[in-house]
Amino acid sequence: MHEFNQPLITAWQLVAGADARLADIVFLSLRVSLSATLIACVAGMPMGALLAVGRFPGRRVLIVLFNGLMGLPPVVVGLLVYLLLSRAGPLGRFGLLFSPSAMIIAQAILVTPIVAALTRQVIADAWSEYREQLRSLGAGRTRAAATLLWDGCFSLTTAALAGFGRAIAEVGAVMIVGGNIDGVTRVMTTTIALETSKGDLPLALALGFILIALVLAINALAYALRGWAQRKWG
Amino acid sequence: MGAWLAIDHLGLTEGGTNIIDDVSLTLAAQRTVILGPNGAGKSTLLRLIHGLLHPGSGRMHWPGVLTQAMVFQRPVMLRTTALANVIYGLKLKGHTAAESEQRARQALARVGLEQLAQRPARLLSGGEQQRVALARAWALEPQLLILDEPTASLDPASSREVERIITDIAAGARILMTTHNLGQARRLAEEIVFIDRGRVVEQTPVGQFFCLPQTGAAQRFLKEEIP
Amino acid sequence: MISRRLFCSALAAASVLAATASTAEERYITVSSTTSTEQSGLFGHLLPAFEKTSGIKVRVVALGTGQALDMARRGDADVVFVHDRAAEEKFVAEGFGLKRQEVMYNDFIVAGPKADPAKATGKDILEGLRRIEAAKAPFVSRGDKSGTHAAELRYWKAAGVDLDAKKGAWYRDTGSGMGPALNTAASMNAYILADRGTWLSFKNRGDLGIIVEGDTKLFNQYGVILVNPAKHPHVKQADGQKFIDWVVSDAGQKTIAEYKIGGEQLFFPNAQR
Repeated sequence: MHEFNQPLITAWQLVAGADARLADIVFLSLRVSLSATLIACVAGMPMGALLAVGRFPGRRVLIVLFNGLMGLPPVVVGLLVYLLLSRAGPLGRFGLLFSPSAMIIAQAILVTPIVAALTRQVIADAWSEYREQLRSLGAGRTRAAATLLWDGCFSLTTAALAGFGRAIAEVGAVMIVGGNIDGVTRVMTTTIALETSKGDLPLALALGFILIALVLAINALAYALRGWAQRKWG
Repeated sequence: MGAWLAIDHLGLTEGGTNIIDDVSLTLAAQRTVILGPNGAGKSTLLRLIHGLLHPGSGRMHWPGVLTQAMVFQRPVMLRTTALANVIYGLKLKGHTAAESEQRARQALARVGLEQLAQRPARLLSGGEQQRVALARAWALEPQLLILDEPTASLDPASSREVERIITDIAAGARILMTTHNLGQARRLAEEIVFIDRGRVVEQTPVGQFFCLPQTGAAQRFLKEEIP
Repeated sequence: MISRRLFCSALAAASVLAATASTAEERYITVSSTTSTEQSGLFGHLLPAFEKTSGIKVRVVALGTGQALDMARRGDADVVFVHDRAAEEKFVAEGFGLKRQEVMYNDFIVAGPKADPAKATGKDILEGLRRIEAAKAPFVSRGDKSGTHAAELRYWKAAGVDLDAKKGAWYRDTGSGMGPALNTAASMNAYILADRGTWLSFKNRGDLGIIVEGDTKLFNQYGVILVNPAKHPHVKQADGQKFIDWVVSDAGQKTIAEYKIGGEQLFFPNAQR
């Protein structure tokens, strides 16, 4: 336990002292992972809803595929995106490598299957409750999917949170496509990796505590939001 | 009035059992109530007629195409206001936003809920929710309203309220419903269709059914059910 | 309904803002370099001085030498700054780099358990390595195609140790950067070849101390190369050249010499002009 005392104190000092570099790193982490999660929601939630509600050939294959892709190794995604964005690669001319945009792209790819698969689950449950009534009213499958997404948007925060959690915690993808450049693409996880490799374990641990606290805070916020929505709309 | 639906040897099998077993029926009454013991296939028959299920065999013949709406035993409300729930169906039908709102308000007024228009529908009582469901169906101006045990989950006062509304609707649309409440069936029906184990056993005017049931099955049913 | 709409539009606005907010169009070059220059803290000291005089920001991607050169071959860097002469010359010969210039050198040390079970202490690297192998004492190698790794292999060869034949459980090939390899050595109480810069700033030494140092063979030369614009037209040739020119200039060389950890100078400038 003594091992953890100093890092906890360091963590507190860093936060209380409003260390400028720490603030930059934290804001960048949030910006990258929140953007990636938002993109994943925009892309993944409609996909998940259509998978839940639709009926088309290959649907089951897609469901299995998305469930499997939830376990995509971040470092593999990072490598693939690196090869895509490298100057020698197909999208090289945009010069996106080693920028926050590259990190957002990589994390969005990583997180979309998670959001889609979990959305599918939530919407499928809702569909069993709403199916007959919506069909009776004349809603086609696409319309029904849209209705369920809108209706259940607060309960879908769970899916979004799961995606965000994956994004902000990963290091493999952002390290490769971001390059961990000081002041440009250094986020919390890559900083922790760097400090660990420099042997500065107390600092790395302190940053780790800050990261955990951040994730817990966001989870608490989402929980409160869901509770409020539940009380308001039923 | 002429027949509005002719059902011809309809059948539906699931897991080896005939849920609907060679049903042939002609419906012509303004208000038809389907009765039968649990598991007889009443709800299934309603869903086949509404188009939510597809028959395994047989056909349905509609002499004139009828617009339909259905109300279920448990009202399914979207997580929004009562008014928005009614508007949803109208929008789906193609009405403009302004039209939809106007018709929705009228429908809610007819079921006595105009004060609760802006309340979140899911926070209303069971009886109120079912009235919203009725308003939602009625606003679509259906020619046939199908109801699957609409008062089964409600207390007696709400049930009476719902029966009043159904009677109002029946002035302008055909009613096809099921119920376990024999008193309700007596009050609302013109004709009774009695179903047992997926087959039509009796089809008689309401007075005759309750006074002089023709078949043994119907007699036993009437003795056991609590009106 | 309104609150939900508000919620969603706020979210949409925030996401657009976040995704498009980029570091303002700033002037920068990308330098691929090694973990030793980054982790020793040299760049933290050197680059601000350059940025101040030139207004050009330097973005350093720190990898192993092999990876740094590969990255430059792909055109993902403007300048390389590494320490493996043979690999650098090959890089230029292949046409990926314009010209190799020497910048500075530092030295390697062999770190190991202070108790020194292999009795390798001294000034002779080759003898030290022979003794470590003879004692089959645990030795951690980076194994990652870095400049340090390449040097380590050269020393084993020069010491007459055939690693393929002699490799056993005592030789731990970790495939990692300098810092992680030192972490591993510290926890295993093993010997390891490290650059002095990373060693001096490494905080997790455990029971390790310096075993072999001072051998002239241990000097480690750094070179800087501009990536060939003929192969990759988008390379920032003008700004990249400015960086190279500054690093080999009096001002740059002086800044390198000034970098100290605990009063000790780490890198010794030796550019030829």
